[in-house]
Amino acid sequence: MSRMARAWDSDLAYGFRRSPLAVLSLAVLLMLVAGAVLAPLVAPTDPFDPASLDLMNGFTPPLTENEFTGERFLLGTDDQGRDVFSAILFGMRISLMVGVLAVMLAMVIGVSLGLVAGFRGGLVDSVVMRAADVQLTFPAILVAMLIFGVAKGITPVEYRDQMAIWVLVLAIGFSDWVQFARVVRGATMVERDKDYVQAARLTGRGSLSIMLRHVLPNVLSPVLVIATISLALAIIAEATLSFLGVGAPPTQPSLGTLIRIGQDFLFSGEWWILAFPAATLLALALSVNLLGDWLRDTLNPRLK
Amino acid sequence: MRTLALCAATILTAAPAAAETLRWARAGDGLTLDPHAQNEGGTHTLNHQIYEPLVLRDTDGELVPALATEWEVSEDDPTVWRFTLREGVTFHDGAAFTAEDVVFSFERALSDNSAMKELLGSITEIRAVDEHMVEFVTDGPNPILPSNFTNLLVMDSGWAEENDAVEVQDFAGGETTHAAMNANGTGAYVVESREPDTRTVLTQFDGYWGQGEFPLDVTRIDFTPIQNPATRIAALLSGEVDFIQDVPVQDLSRVEGAGGLVVRTAPQNRSIFFGMEQGKDDLETDSIEGENPFADVRVRRAMNMAVDRQAIQRIVMRGQSDPAGMIAPPFVNGWSEALDALPEGSLEEAQALMEEAGYGDGFRVQMDCPNDRYVNDEAICQAVVGMMGRIGITVALNAVPKAQFFPLVTGDDTEFYLVGWGVPTFDSEYVFNFLVHSRTGDRGSWNATGYGNAEVDGMIESLSSEIDEGARDATIEAIWERMAEDVVYLPLHNQVLNWGMRESVEAEVDPEDQPKFKRFSLQ
Repeated sequence: MSRMARAWDSDLAYGFRRSPLAVLSLAVLLMLVAGAVLAPLVAPTDPFDPASLDLMNGFTPPLTENEFTGERFLLGTDDQGRDVFSAILFGMRISLMVGVLAVMLAMVIGVSLGLVAGFRGGLVDSVVMRAADVQLTFPAILVAMLIFGVAKGITPVEYRDQMAIWVLVLAIGFSDWVQFARVVRGATMVERDKDYVQAARLTGRGSLSIMLRHVLPNVLSPVLVIATISLALAIIAEATLSFLGVGAPPTQPSLGTLIRIGQDFLFSGEWWILAFPAATLLALALSVNLLGDWLRDTLNPRLK
Repeated sequence: MRTLALCAATILTAAPAAAETLRWARAGDGLTLDPHAQNEGGTHTLNHQIYEPLVLRDTDGELVPALATEWEVSEDDPTVWRFTLREGVTFHDGAAFTAEDVVFSFERALSDNSAMKELLGSITEIRAVDEHMVEFVTDGPNPILPSNFTNLLVMDSGWAEENDAVEVQDFAGGETTHAAMNANGTGAYVVESREPDTRTVLTQFDGYWGQGEFPLDVTRIDFTPIQNPATRIAALLSGEVDFIQDVPVQDLSRVEGAGGLVVRTAPQNRSIFFGMEQGKDDLETDSIEGENPFADVRVRRAMNMAVDRQAIQRIVMRGQSDPAGMIAPPFVNGWSEALDALPEGSLEEAQALMEEAGYGDGFRVQMDCPNDRYVNDEAICQAVVGMMGRIGITVALNAVPKAQFFPLVTGDDTEFYLVGWGVPTFDSEYVFNFLVHSRTGDRGSWNATGYGNAEVDGMIESLSSEIDEGARDATIEAIWERMAEDVVYLPLHNQVLNWGMRESVEAEVDPEDQPKFKRFSLQ
């Protein structure tokens, strides 16, 4: 049986096929991701090139002809004459990239610390878990803003625009590792006393090797669930930071920045500047979240 | 998002307001309560409620008495101005207002850290003749001296000594002093509480001299800076505030259409423009080593051509601005239609100029821009970033609140910036002293362009003592022509004021955008 076929017949795939919500979520997510990845090919304009913008296109409603330039835009334009559709596609790239990288960073930090803490126990465990407790007393967004502020202070001004994205990744990644650490620690503590681990010990394997080769694969399934839900949270966190004006710069807008810009025109009738980026963010976060929920339900044997 | 804006607005209204309270909001806060530490409109506006100058302008631009009742040039000596002070005036703490306080305040305004020095450059001596008479001696006859005094607020010398506030706060150096957070003026309102950038409450002063002369209907002022335009307009629409000084241009019709609200509009005495560092041999933020592209007048001329003022007026400002070719509004002596004509030249000509200057491949540079000071300041900067891109200049935009932005300009720490300038003296000399004269100890404190040459400096200095009005105007015109030729600044437009308020608030729009709340009446 080929790999594909085996995957198709697995419990996971079977459960997936039986859940219309999960299928729909994945379809929406794939569509959005495809739009973001292929943005340079799909988008009619490059919204990150300020020189290509024509200010006279500003505030054109969706599918309406601009009175000065005669151009039409699928989802209208914002205050700078930027095509909202292109801006959303490119903005999603930033949102997704920041989200994925931040979750990966949080996962690497959290899983490593959790694995070591759970496996070693004792002082190491206490130190790591108290650090996690301290971290949990701060709202994640506050930690992220703190990291962002410090990083902005120490980066030279001329690199700030390029650095903004990486600073966002660091800020969100560092504020998000605790969940991973806690779950992995718990699972590791259960696993470490099992017979297969004892057996591995008897063969004379080192701790590091046991942790990585034997324990890690057995604690990964909850990590997958947390990673999915964290991705949704990271995308929202990025949008929040950008909405607050500390994230992606206005010349390279992410979804959050677009929403911040659009919010200024909330009362003046130019609804499309806000509505479309906000709807996209909603669709993105919701589809990831629903997939995460479904994954949690499916992988949790107690709920079966 | 709407909930978010409304939530933010709700938080602002925790305290229920009495009928006479005026809840006032604008984008930015006053930077300091020290009246001589910053020459900035928003700061003066707040301080004018608390402190008073010798003379003031009414909403028609005429000088009217404030702490001085009369002023005249001495009959014996044309270099002496004599001011008769108002009697029976007390400071908020009860101390009597005398000539000594005036001498102290003006000397303070002339001291090292003061931001007001340029206004007093021609003064050589200030002397108290008696308790209620002060004489100002200038280095030559200075016919327009009193119009320089409208923002020079008078402090109490005794209070300043007691509170270690004799020295002016070093604002650019980040210093905080007692006088930056507290005040003891003669004005109609007393500081009840102040939290910078959050909330300032002023209450009416029982012992104010102007009782009976002004309506004084407003007994309490509750001032909240609200930077976000949507939140600010939500606050006005939902009745959380009574008066906003800067209705976002996109919301004008919305406010006018709402019941019980009114927008009062007037052209503002304020120009908006860009400055570029053209004096240094090399720029720090640019991509070209060992050269300063802004030092080449062809580059500056190309940039001036590339700025599409009509598009900014139409789209960013929604018609609420007057595109300009010089950096002074028509209120100002020295303004002329010819000088204010918009620069000519097409995009192709601008590109050709860049080519000719050797920057055909363009360069990168950083622009600093305030985001809570002028109407749509950040959006203007963004639009200009795009326009610069078309002639090959890639601009990285650094938009920050004015409290962080202004020190960049006054500290000469920016290489490309947006700034606005109002002219309280209604005369070009004020513009030249602050913005064109090379940066010396007493002049050029807002000139971050590095522009300056002995010839122009000499012409500017001659203005304060030129008594022949015709000759003086000719020099002013010559300086403006020279500025246009050298493209010292990139003029953009003059602002239009839009004050939004409840219908029950009766107020005349002040072209300097300085509401004096003692003049407001409430129905």
